[in-house]
Amino acid sequence: MADAIEPAGVKFNLEYAPALESTSIVKIDAEYGLFIGGKFVEPKSGETFATVSPSTEETLARISSASAADVDRAVKAARKAQTEIWGPMSGRDRAKYLFRIARQLQERAREFAVLETIDGGKPIRESRDVDVPLAAAHFFYHAGWADKLEYAFPDRRIAPKGVVGQIIPWNFPLLMLAWKVAPALATGNTVVLKPAETTSLTALLFAQLLQDIDLPPGVVNIVTGAGATGSALVEHKDVDKLAFTGSTSVGKQIQRSAAARGVPLTLELGGKAAHIVFEDAALDQAVEGVINGIYFNQGHVCCAGSRLLVQESIAESFVDRLKNRLATVRVGNPLDKNTDVGAINSAEQLGRITELVAAGVAEGAELYQPECSLPDRGYWFRPTIFTNVQQSHRIAREEIFGPVLSVLTFRTPEEAVAKANDTQYGLSAGIWTEKGSKILWMANELDAGVVWANTFNQFDAASPFGGYKESGFGREGGLQGLAPYVSLSSPKRGSR
Amino acid sequence: MVTPPSRPGRLGEVKTEVATPTASAVFAPRSRSGVALRVTPVDEVGLEARAKTFTTRSIKTSSKRAAIDLAVSCIDLTTLEGMDTPGKVAALCRKAVRPDPSNPAVPSVAAVCVYPQLVPVAVTHTNGTGVHVASVAGAFPSGQSSLAVRIADIEQAVADGADEIDIVISRGAFLAGDYNYVFNEIEAQKVACGPAHLKVILETGELGSYDQIRKASMLAMAAGADFIKTSTGKVAHNSSMPVALCMAEAIRDYAEQTGEIVGLKVAGGIRTAKQAWHYLVLIAETLGTQWLTPDLFRIGASSLLNDLLLQVQKLDTGRYSGPNYVSVD
Amino acid sequence: MNERLDVQKTYKLFIGGAFPRSESGRTFAVHAPDGSLIANVASASRKDLRDAVVAARSAQTGWAARTAYNRGQILYRVAEVMEGRRTQFVEELCRCGVKAATAELEVDRAIDRWVWYAGWCDKFHHIAGTVNSVAGPYFNFTTPEPTGVVGILAPEKPGLLGLVSRLAPALVSGNTAVVLTGEASPLTAVSMAEVVATSDVPGGVVNILTGATHELLPWLLGHRDVNAVDLTGAPDLEASVVAEAADNVKRLIRGEPDDQSPYVIADFCEMKTVWHPIGR
Repeated sequence: MADAIEPAGVKFNLEYAPALESTSIVKIDAEYGLFIGGKFVEPKSGETFATVSPSTEETLARISSASAADVDRAVKAARKAQTEIWGPMSGRDRAKYLFRIARQLQERAREFAVLETIDGGKPIRESRDVDVPLAAAHFFYHAGWADKLEYAFPDRRIAPKGVVGQIIPWNFPLLMLAWKVAPALATGNTVVLKPAETTSLTALLFAQLLQDIDLPPGVVNIVTGAGATGSALVEHKDVDKLAFTGSTSVGKQIQRSAAARGVPLTLELGGKAAHIVFEDAALDQAVEGVINGIYFNQGHVCCAGSRLLVQESIAESFVDRLKNRLATVRVGNPLDKNTDVGAINSAEQLGRITELVAAGVAEGAELYQPECSLPDRGYWFRPTIFTNVQQSHRIAREEIFGPVLSVLTFRTPEEAVAKANDTQYGLSAGIWTEKGSKILWMANELDAGVVWANTFNQFDAASPFGGYKESGFGREGGLQGLAPYVSLSSPKRGSR
Repeated sequence: MVTPPSRPGRLGEVKTEVATPTASAVFAPRSRSGVALRVTPVDEVGLEARAKTFTTRSIKTSSKRAAIDLAVSCIDLTTLEGMDTPGKVAALCRKAVRPDPSNPAVPSVAAVCVYPQLVPVAVTHTNGTGVHVASVAGAFPSGQSSLAVRIADIEQAVADGADEIDIVISRGAFLAGDYNYVFNEIEAQKVACGPAHLKVILETGELGSYDQIRKASMLAMAAGADFIKTSTGKVAHNSSMPVALCMAEAIRDYAEQTGEIVGLKVAGGIRTAKQAWHYLVLIAETLGTQWLTPDLFRIGASSLLNDLLLQVQKLDTGRYSGPNYVSVD
Repeated sequence: MNERLDVQKTYKLFIGGAFPRSESGRTFAVHAPDGSLIANVASASRKDLRDAVVAARSAQTGWAARTAYNRGQILYRVAEVMEGRRTQFVEELCRCGVKAATAELEVDRAIDRWVWYAGWCDKFHHIAGTVNSVAGPYFNFTTPEPTGVVGILAPEKPGLLGLVSRLAPALVSGNTAVVLTGEASPLTAVSMAEVVATSDVPGGVVNILTGATHELLPWLLGHRDVNAVDLTGAPDLEASVVAEAADNVKRLIRGEPDDQSPYVIADFCEMKTVWHPIGR
């Protein structure tokens, strides 16, 4: 052994380096106006509010708060653009504008990704690999529809709804904007969009992008603000269609208002998805699916797999696998490329998560959180697994919208279905088994708009997304996602 | 001819003699200690997606040097060519013992890996250095000789001084479903190895699916492998991150189910330091850092070593370097 | 001349495959244009509505689980049985003041509409469903499923054809229905129920309630176990009544009284999207 050189230290400790994404690409203004009629304008209200970075609690900018008068101005701009320009425009030209948007989003992808992470707290890995590419893909997909609508709805007369009011949440700010704006524009509508008050920045950067591509003024208007701004948009008498993504409670308020006036509506609301793992599953991939299903975007995902239903025969070992895997999940600075779980979006949301987790403990569920150090400033919550959860516990019924997994068990496929469907929600569900016929049986039985079998949290512009039951109605994406934005009527013809 | 010891068949039926392959597609192996093994199915898309995530981890600069040293110390520095000569092997051994003559801080590699014919040469040139001599024995790389011939090959290599033996499984019998046959063969070759460590090459590029890789991993471990190894480097598809992940997960399951610890060797196509880091991250996050030692992890490679040395020079000098600044072998 | 005395029909509700009177005991009178009394028709109460929803819910899973081929044959059977009663339907329309030629046309079209929709049962998935080309190694498809229990406000005009035009497409995908027919065309509505009852349609799949729609509607819209309500035939509604639908995020459907289209079938459907990896 004389000549041999041994490596230093018997046990090797693999430390990851902070790999911070540079923020130099992003320029944040001190103050933002409202985007109305193709220009940034001062709010009539004169009011602004601060938007903070949830990972540092630093104020990033001041955002204008749109009053009812501002919303009215935006709706008027949208109406004018719809009747005079966008409605009469050929599908071919609308398509070209949408293609331009898609290309610009691809070219400026890094800028949008970094800004999304700064403003919303989500890991740069996700904004870079998921949010922004999917947003661009959504515009590209719908661009192609703009001049092909007669193939989407054969044997129908097709007309745009007109002016569409859209309200989006803070969990996927740019992506939700794309899901709303792209189909609306492709079908000839104009838009008044309200981003969530904690995450307006990428929408405002998007507005600048629209100026760069010369989108006609008024086709897209962005009114920032909180709930009151949203109400003003919902209540506005000259809006022809409403679309909302957000909580079920707010969704119901909006439906009350819209239904009473007969305004067409699509809702994409909350969820409490069951993620069902059978003993014959590809267990290592199931572990990945479950981890991705609940900790992706800090669990701020309406379709998150927040209820793990695992077959009793493998429950213990599967939970062990989850805990082992959780030990490698990295929580921290969202701008770090090694980060898997970033910051909770707001102090308010952190409070809600904390409250429900406390309820889980009080109800007798067993809490597990891995050791991990959290930054001193900002809003953070440790990835959490609750075991011994019963169907009647609050943490098994209420949407937590955070990185909290509730584990329940089942014995038979029938029981899995019964437990999975025992909720007022019906947005998504996950199935893990290597038995094909069981997948198809389960997929049939589950009340959910999206069923992921042997995968989870996959999204695509061509794939319709939306819920059953109180998770909402209408679809976004795919052929089915176009329908809410058009008025269809029977063609005039003789009796058949 | 060595016949495998007669004991209750861990794959079901008792076989005392390896004979003509016969299909018996029931796969229900037991571990060396008799534990019935569960083999988990594998989903290709999910596995590959997970494998990709290891390639985006960034290693801390202060850990980087240690990572390079570790990677070097885990290398089975390999030459497996028809044109190999004693001179080539001598040069390889020198490089293995002292990878960078100008920098004594760089550790030796784990082993040199050569054809059986050249084992005596390798033994001569590594004697007393701590660098192991590994030999690919048993009709490498196809394994298409009679078991008797393969066993003789192994016995000769061990007699010549090889302390690690890399063998291939009979892919034909495995794909034909004759798991007993494959199991018994490995077991017999393990006996032939005597004190030498046995690395069992699955030749994953010929198995057709990750399910088969997982199954072959469990089979090889149950039959006595000290290491399971991805590939010979002689077919189109060699080691890849998903293949290594699939096998690492099998090793983890085997350890959980039996308490027995088996090593992993990845081989073929690993040429850059960056690739080596990706594998280290994969092992650390799948099996834990306790697997990151030459006793349990090996990289079969030849050109990788020089790329690692160039990285050391970069760390030491702050300059990017070039191939003229490291020895060819 | 020995004229035979008519046997007059009692016009009752249709709930769970049976023909009960209203539990409230109420009826409303239907008169001919000349003012003469044609019948006293049962006037459904909210308890009848509740019973109808229970019947519809318990029939829903079974109806949806039948093969599309089977549902198609049953809906076609409705047309067959209705054809046999063609004269009766025409006569009932005429008694309520519709001209003979118009009545004949309406009945023919109603029968043909059943035939048309019967044929869609095993075909509308081709139109409403899709296979989606996602950017990854996944097989992805979207398939329509029944939304569950649907409430239908039958259009007042055309009374019979309107009822069939909204009911038949709802049944195609496997929904069960609670139909409020109001007070406008109760004779044909009840006869339609009798046809349904004798056409192999399982009890509870179709429930028909005659009576005061404005009284029942708030209960229907507010019912948490009703998944969707078709307002095509709704009179002018009070805003606060329709708002009740939001309580369980009910789907509200508005169409045309005399439309015939696979899009109407889709209006009564949920779209389910399924993902699965493609691998070895």
